[in-house]
Amino acid sequence: MMEFTLVNFLLFMVNCVLSNNFIFSRYLGCCPFLGVSSKVETAAGMGVAVTFVMGLASLMTYIVYYYVLVPLGLQYLDTISFILVIAALVQFVEMFLKKSVPALYRALGIYLPLITTNCAVLGVTLLNISDQYNMLWSVLNGVFGALGFLLAIVLMAGARERLESSNIPKAFKGFPISLVIAGLMSVAFLGFTGLVH
Amino acid sequence: MRNKQTMRGVFINGVLNENPIFRLVLGVCPTLAATTNATNGLGMGIAATFVLLGSNIVISLLRNFIPNKVRIPAYIVVISTFVTVVQMIIQAFVPSLYDALGIFIPLIVVNCIILARAEAFAGKNSVLHSAADGLGMGVGFTLALILIGIVRELVGNGSVFGLDILGPTFQPMLIAIMAPGGFIFFGLILGIVNSIVNKAGKRSAGKGVKA
Repeated sequence: MMEFTLVNFLLFMVNCVLSNNFIFSRYLGCCPFLGVSSKVETAAGMGVAVTFVMGLASLMTYIVYYYVLVPLGLQYLDTISFILVIAALVQFVEMFLKKSVPALYRALGIYLPLITTNCAVLGVTLLNISDQYNMLWSVLNGVFGALGFLLAIVLMAGARERLESSNIPKAFKGFPISLVIAGLMSVAFLGFTGLVH
Repeated sequence: MRNKQTMRGVFINGVLNENPIFRLVLGVCPTLAATTNATNGLGMGIAATFVLLGSNIVISLLRNFIPNKVRIPAYIVVISTFVTVVQMIIQAFVPSLYDALGIFIPLIVVNCIILARAEAFAGKNSVLHSAADGLGMGVGFTLALILIGIVRELVGNGSVFGLDILGPTFQPMLIAIMAPGGFIFFGLILGIVNSIVNKAGKRSAGKGVKA
């Protein structure tokens, strides 16, 4: 387990956001990445909502796994319990925001239900367990992983806004060209590999 | 409406007209992650087909008992149960596939295709039709994964299903089996499939193929 120092913290951040970007090198969260990236504003809203949920989900699933499942010897139920925790969490966050922070709810509200089936959220909670992070690193992994997602989806939305006015072969309109662009961005992110060991 | 469709029609619809990868573009993550070679594509396809078939049948059986308000959590529990079963089977009998797919086996839970079929089809249709739909969607998913897997493996490694095809003189394009290759090759294949469908659609206009 890594010690919590400033150097480790910064290296971890660079690693999560750039060299092991959730979208471009781990293929996690591609559905919202392609589905909600037609405008920069909505993409940023989605990214922020995901960041919020991924940080909280990392914390909650850590508690559920190490304080409930492990003592009971039920580790094989991790997938089922994590997805339920995430679904419940998303529902609570939605209700809480609606009551207490209506402005934020109006901004994020429509994205929240979509997050339950975002594989980046379930993915990060399962990775936290398989990589044996402690509670602090789990939460940081969730938050920084989501920031990488935010970066990717905003970049993508920026590129797609420009695509609207360009002349693309009919068969490539929409998803195909977006995927090719994502591939080219991914090549650029490949350059960050080896930045952190 | 849908109830009048024949079982065969429902099955064919899943494989061709509404192919989950090429027509609906759902489940992009496993598509990208599991197609580094054809064998992984086949393995992921079979695993997802099993889950789709099982969850569609069970959800269709329970469709009159699940209250509308909590249907999504109920569907997710059914789906994740099947995924856990599949995960254990793969871990026990095909450990090499388990290592290759890694985290993407439990992530079948959040594969959009499965929840989408539960919501759009199994929750409203009879058990046999739902089974046909699950099987059709699963086979369509598997065929698409194998196609992308074959192309990526051939370009990136010069082989198909692990058999060396292009010989020792072929210089493999490694990028095809790395992360960017997944996006680029999926995009190109999707574009080619679109153009074929567009042409076929023009020839038999009004046959119900949506572009």
